This record gives sequence, structure tokens and C-alpha cells, in this order.
Amino acid sequence: MRQTCSIAKATPPMNALSPAPVTTPQSRATPAEARPFVRVDGISHRYGRGAPVLEDICFNVRRGEVLALIGRSGCGKSTLLHLLAGLSTPGAGQVHIGDRPVTGPSNRWVMMFQSPSLFPWMTVFQNVELGLRFDGRRTQAKHRVPQVLELVDLSAFGDRNVQDLSGGQQQRVALARSLAPEPDILLLDEPFSALDAFTRRSLQGEVRRIAKSLGLTLILVTHDVGEAALMADRAVLLTSGPGRVAADTDIALDDDDRSEATRAFRAETARLSQLYAEVAGMSAATDTPRQKGSAR
Amino acid sequence: MSDAAISPAASGPRLPNLGRLAGLVHAAIGMSLLYLVWWIGGRLVAASPDMFAFADFAPGPALSALWNMVQSGEAWAMTWPSLYRVGAGLLAAIVIGVPLGIAIGRVAVLRQITNVPFQFLRMISPLSWMPIAVMAYDTWDGAIIFLITVAAVWPVVFATAAGVRRIDPAWLKVARNLGAKPFHLLTTVILPAIAVDILTGIRLALGVAWIVLVPAEYLGVTSGLGYAINDARDTLDYARLAATVVIIGVIGFGLDFLCQQAVQRLNWVRTDTP
Ligand SMILES: Nc1ncnc2c1ncn2[C@@H]1O[C@H](COP(=O)(O)OP(=O)(O)OP(=O)(O)O)[C@@H](O)[C@H]1O
Ligand SMILES: [Mg+2]
Repeated sequence: MRQTCSIAKATPPMNALSPAPVTTPQSRATPAEARPFVRVDGISHRYGRGAPVLEDICFNVRRGEVLALIGRSGCGKSTLLHLLAGLSTPGAGQVHIGDRPVTGPSNRWVMMFQSPSLFPWMTVFQNVELGLRFDGRRTQAKHRVPQVLELVDLSAFGDRNVQDLSGGQQQRVALARSLAPEPDILLLDEPFSALDAFTRRSLQGEVRRIAKSLGLTLILVTHDVGEAALMADRAVLLTSGPGRVAADTDIALDDDDRSEATRAFRAETARLSQLYAEVAGMSAATDTPRQKGSAR
Repeated sequence: MSDAAISPAASGPRLPNLGRLAGLVHAAIGMSLLYLVWWIGGRLVAASPDMFAFADFAPGPALSALWNMVQSGEAWAMTWPSLYRVGAGLLAAIVIGVPLGIAIGRVAVLRQITNVPFQFLRMISPLSWMPIAVMAYDTWDGAIIFLITVAAVWPVVFATAAGVRRIDPAWLKVARNLGAKPFHLLTTVILPAIAVDILTGIRLALGVAWIVLVPAEYLGVTSGLGYAINDARDTLDYARLAATVVIIGVIGFGLDFLCQQAVQRLNWVRTDTP
């Protein structure tokens, strides 16, 4: 399952020959290893002349997979997500989504930020419609926006000013706004961290359900192991200073087990916490050879 | 909602619907005091052996002159050219000032380059450009509009630039992330975000333009409020002069009020409880 950097680097020629993936059930059924949907190839990055923030990050994501990127505060998770979204350009390495290299932002890959950052001079509808408007698909908005508002359970709020909404509702509007242009992949940067525990838990479940029902690929940044266990199919753990991939592990939980009450969930969370602690200890010691090996 | 539970306590001892009425009452008291001062001034001038020739400045003669001017349409005839000049000057100031302000607000280098020269130019009284304006323009109207533009452009530039600098960078990031092109950034994020700042700048500019207008109309032209004042002085018709001053005040107040209403309409910031 885990792809090391050398394997990932060997893949591009093969992928260049393969046809563009199309959103049909067949293409999703092809073996994941043959055609990873997101390929992160040796990404390194630093801000200005500062210390490297990310070093040689490699991982792949299958279509329809939910991947959690776990790491301590300041390890470069947001930076990595910005690079994946094309909001900034990496110092080295490349990201492919589908068969296209990421060279800039696009509404095929949309990022959701920690704060909803809705436009306060617009209604809920107008906010959600934006991605379609920028794409010249404004006529579609009339059908599409009510659909996504339904999806996030805000159908009754289309005409309201976003300033009338609660924090959780605003974050759901931001989710609807990201979903409206029908992206292939959603990048979530701790989008629930500002919410109360109850709202957070319900949104976590909701987002996973929506992603699965749409066949959407999710990359989720978090430092909360429980959040990863609730939402993700797989977790990639990052060390800090500089951020590197330290572990890559599947989260084998049935959807029924994805609730804090079940024993399987608690076991999985404990395992991830253990792994996280190991990784955190590892990043304190400099450059142990284990960093390249699998921590599983 | 919790807001509703809090607001009665927060509104203090005064009842809310009296609050609105109180505004009008206070304004009426203020205007009455102003009228009183004018009236006392008129009595003092009339009583003074040096100044009794100016007694027509008093409210009585001035207001009856004003009434005649309004009835004959003269008030409108002298106001219209002035409004045209202020409007044209203000329009030019907006057309120049808003794009310039946005550029200065967005580009740090441009801001640093323009900062000192602009502060320097701003402090030069617009009226000191008068000789140059008269030489540069064929018509008096052109020269006056130029002077008003020079006076009005600075508040628009500075207010626009300040508004742009206060834009939440996250808004621009969100828009870019959704595939916005620079044109979209301008029309869907930047302009709506700074609309109130622009209008506030225009409101300040209007105040400055209205002040510059009268002295600018002292020269050359044979129409407008400034000319009317000069003309009244030359014909020693002090009642008309005072009436014109009242017209200037009323129109200026009205324009400012319109700007203020526009600011309130465009303002998306929620300040008080609904
Ligand atoms: N714009 C920037 N300029 C310079 N340094 C930056 C910038 N943004 C982030 N950094 C640095 O890069 C490192 C990684 O930051 P990043 O925001 O990616 O961390 P993070 O893992 O998302 O942390 P958190 O969990 O707290 O959000 C930090 O040390 C930070 O100081
Ligand atoms: Mg972050």
C-alpha cells in the first residue's frame, strides 16, 4: 500500500501513457496501485531563505479515498495543502491530480480553510454560487446551488445573509461553496477546529458521508487523531522541522464503527495515538534511518 | 435568541422609539440656537454705528430675499451651474482616484513610492493651482472643474487605498481557490469589500469640493453660487448675499445627507443588534 518515493517517481511514464481517468464506476474500480489519482512527488518547500518546512514529501491518494495528514502544529500541514491546491508553488517536486500537473488554483481541486471566510455582503446562495460564477457557469447555479444546500442541510437558508448564521452553519456554507463546482478533490485544512465538540463530531461524520456518496477524494489535515479515525480511510503522519512522511497507515474501520462509542474505534484511535507519539519522538531525534522506513 | 434577551438590558434607561424622536428634537434645538445667534448678530450689527449698513444680513431680510429667489426660480438658476461643476469635478476625482487608490492599496512598492509626493501635493491648497488652471483651460468652467478635481481626488485616493489594505487576505485566497481570475477578484471581492470606504472618501471629497467651489467661482464665470455672492456684494444687496449663503449651506447639507444614506445602504458590516 505505502508507496515510497522511488516507486512514485517511477510511475509518471506509465501514467503519461494511460488514458485520462474518467468519472465512471469502471475507472474507479481499476486497481488503485495502477493509477493513483493524486500523486505527490518529492515535494520540498521553504519560505524565503528560512529553514526547510517540508522535505521530500511523497504519497499517493486513490480516487474516492479519504486521506488524513496528521502532524504537530507547525510541521507544515497547511503549507503542504496550499501546495496541493496550487495556491503556492513548491520549491521542488510536483503534484499531479488526475493526469494534470497542478500549476495553479482550479475549481477541480478546492481547499476549505480553518475559517469559513464567507463574503459578508452576499447571501448564502451568492456565496455558494461563486465557483460556478468564476467558471462562467452561472446559469447552472439555479439548479446546482439548491442541490448542495440540501446536501449540507441548509436548504431554508439560501436567501439569508451569511452574517445571520452560526459558526457551524457558516462552515457548512463553506462546504457547500466548495462542493458547488463539482470538484474531483476537496482539501480540508482543519475546517472544524473552531467549532464546539458536538457540532464538530456531527460535521465530521457528515463530510465523510457526503464525500463517499459523491465519490469525492478528500485530503484532510488534522492534529486530532480521533478526527482522522472518524473520517479517514488512511493516515499519513508527518514529522516536524522539516516535515517529512514518517508513517502511512490504513485505517481499517467499517462505517458502523466510526463512532466514539465502539471498541474498534477506540482501538484504532489508540493505535494511531501510539504511532503519533512514536513519530513525534522521532522528529525530536535528528534523522534516524527509521524515518524512511515504514513505522507500521 | 440570546441577542433578544440581552438587548432590552443593553439599551439603557431610554425607550427605543423615543431615541429616534430625540434625534429630531435635538436637531431642532440646535437649529433654533443657530437661528438665535444669527438673529442676535443681526440686532448687534443694526445697533452698531459702524456696521448698520450691513443690517440686511439679519434673518428677517435674508429669509424674505430667499423666499423671493426661490419663487422666481433664481435660486435654482444659480445652483444648477455650481452643481454641474462640483459633479463633473467629483466624477473626474472618482475616475482617477478609485483605480489609483486600488493600485496603491494592492502594490506595496507603489505605495512607498507615492506616499511622500502624494502627502506633499495634498497639503497644497487647491486654489493655489488657480493661475495654472486658468492658463491651461480655455473655458472658466474647465478651470473650475480642474480645481475641484484637484481638491477632491485626495480623499478618494486615500480612503480607497486604506479600504483595500483592510481587505481580509483570506477572502482573496478563497476566491482564487475557487478559480477567480483577476477581473473576478476586482468585481466580486475588492470593489464590494471597499464600497463603503470609497463612498466615505467621496463624502469627504464632496465636502472639500463644495468648499473650494465658492472661491473658484469668484473668478471669471458669470453663473453659480460663488458668482452670486460676489455679485450681491458688488451691488450691496446683503439680504441676497445672506440668502445665497443659506442656499449653499442647505445644498451642501443635502448632498452630504445623500452620501451618508448611500454609505448606510452599502454598508454590510453588522454593528448593532437588529
Ligand atoms: N507565509 C509564511 N512565511 C514564512 N513562514 C511561514 C509562512 N507560513 C508558514 N510558515 C512557517 O512554516 C511552518 C509550517 O507552517 P504551517 O502553517 O504549514 O504549519 P501547520 O502544520 O499547518 O501548523 P498548524 O497545525 O498550527 O496549523 C511554520 O514553522 C511556520 O512558521
Ligand atoms: Mg495549519
